[in-house]
Amino acid sequence: MNRVPINLNVNGKATRSDVEPRQLLVHFLRDTLGLTGTHVGCDTSQCGACTVHVDGEAVKSCTLFAVQADGASVTTIEGLAHEGRLHALQEGFWEMHGLQCGFCTPGMIMSAADLLAHEPDPSEEQIRHALEGNFCRCTGYHNIVRAVRHAAEANARGASSEPVVAADD
Amino acid sequence: MYTTEFDYHRAGSVQEALALLAANPDAKLLAGGHSLIPAMKLRLASPPALIDVSKVAGLRGIRLEGVEVVIGAMTTHRDVEFSDVLRAACPLLSQVAPLIGDPMVRNRGTVGGALAHADPAADYPASMLALGASMTIASTSGERTVPADEFFTGMFETAVAPGELLTEIRVPAATLGEGQAYEKFAHPASRYAIAGVAAVVRTQGGSVSSARVAMTGAGYHAMRLTKVEEALVGQTPTPEVVEAAVRGAVSPDELLGDHFASAEYRAHLVEVQARKAILRALGSAG
Ligand SMILES: Cc1cc2nc3c(=O)[nH]c(=O)nc-3n(C[C@H](O)[C@H](O)[C@H](O)COP(=O)(O)OP(=O)(O)OC[C@H]3O[C@@H](n4cnc5c(N)ncnc54)[C@H](O)[C@@H]3O)c2cc1C
Ligand code: FES
Ligand code: FES
Repeated sequence: MNRVPINLNVNGKATRSDVEPRQLLVHFLRDTLGLTGTHVGCDTSQCGACTVHVDGEAVKSCTLFAVQADGASVTTIEGLAHEGRLHALQEGFWEMHGLQCGFCTPGMIMSAADLLAHEPDPSEEQIRHALEGNFCRCTGYHNIVRAVRHAAEANARGASSEPVVAADD
Repeated sequence: MYTTEFDYHRAGSVQEALALLAANPDAKLLAGGHSLIPAMKLRLASPPALIDVSKVAGLRGIRLEGVEVVIGAMTTHRDVEFSDVLRAACPLLSQVAPLIGDPMVRNRGTVGGALAHADPAADYPASMLALGASMTIASTSGERTVPADEFFTGMFETAVAPGELLTEIRVPAATLGEGQAYEKFAHPASRYAIAGVAAVVRTQGGSVSSARVAMTGAGYHAMRLTKVEEALVGQTPTPEVVEAAVRGAVSPDELLGDHFASAEYRAHLVEVQARKAILRALGSAG
């Protein structure tokens, strides 16, 4: 079986690995690196549970081979908190009860982080449009929207010293 | 979900991509992967090799060249969505891109990949027909240009032949008196078009001087609605004229029908989207 070498920077740490070309990025993160915060919720590229950032942009890691990310910086949900302090979005989901079972949450947060990087003060409509690729089976979305607003407001107040996107961006 | 095994090649230039294609005739090109990888995961496609062209130098970007906008085939939907050049010179594509899938799909998917794939429910094809775009296709024997009207040849079929690479899309920049609009009835889960209509109309002295109207989603491939176009040209574009022009825009016999939407329902949706797109294009004709 052919393997190809890849170099990735994951959550600020350089990694080098030989991967099978058909290994999806999500399986590389979960099975090879043990970063199981990124979830797999479907087989059809629709649910967004697997969302991570590749070079600062939200992508579905189930729809990208790990080889395609060769040379890139990847940020997963594990890379957001800093020195024991939650990221503003993590705080927002906590404060506004933005999760129930939590399965969709890592993907929701990574998508929302991409939104806030482009649009620091999004309207409710903009938030809903930006989260179109993330399905939640529990919450009915209202508290998720409130959680993202909470994070945007906290960032505006400077209440969180964390940058909206992860450290390596 | 694992795909079948394949060899992975990454091309750095158009020449390299073409050489790899020649050496691996059964290989598939990989652009954004957002149609191909889902198909491979479901094992609807099992290519023995992939040639990654997403990083080919010079194929990503949008630039104005004289009276044309040139869009590199590996330009992402996201690039299109946020392009200032397109907002000024081709507002239709600025409207279409944010309606494609979701932000993660738009971050990876490319214009060239979408056009070459020619999914009957894809959004860009109708716009390219309405804009009168042309496609540049490269092969080892050189380059050729194919007008959008001859590009979409069937369901998932285009003028791109085996061994060829779509390199860029050329779109005439909008002129004075021209209005452009796209209206889409999206599938509620996948966001693909069940019926989408793009309209590019020009008015002069109060009447329609030219109209290009095309649909996607409803048929086997995107196509012009020529009957609608003919009914508009030369007319004073009142809502009644537009209403009459879109009536019977397309026959259900030419359309797809499935458990989401019957052919009759799609024909109705095409009329509705066509009316909305034409009226909005007329409203923005400046
Ligand atoms: C969840 C989801 C929702 C989506 N929703 C929509 C939607 O609402 N509207 C819509 O229009 N699309 C939608 N798409 C499809 C998306 O737009 C894809 O990005 C697009 O169809 C294919 O582009 P790609 O760059 O990803 O191509 P790929 O998947 O990499 O390639 C597609 C095909 O084109 C060939 N190809 C690629 N590049 C070239 C080239 N330069 N020359 C010749 N052949 C080439 C490949 O070999 C392959 O056969 C959706 C996709 C997903 C996963
Ligand atoms: S796992 Fe569902 S979109 Fe990736
Ligand atoms: S909290 Fe359970 S899926 Fe969203």
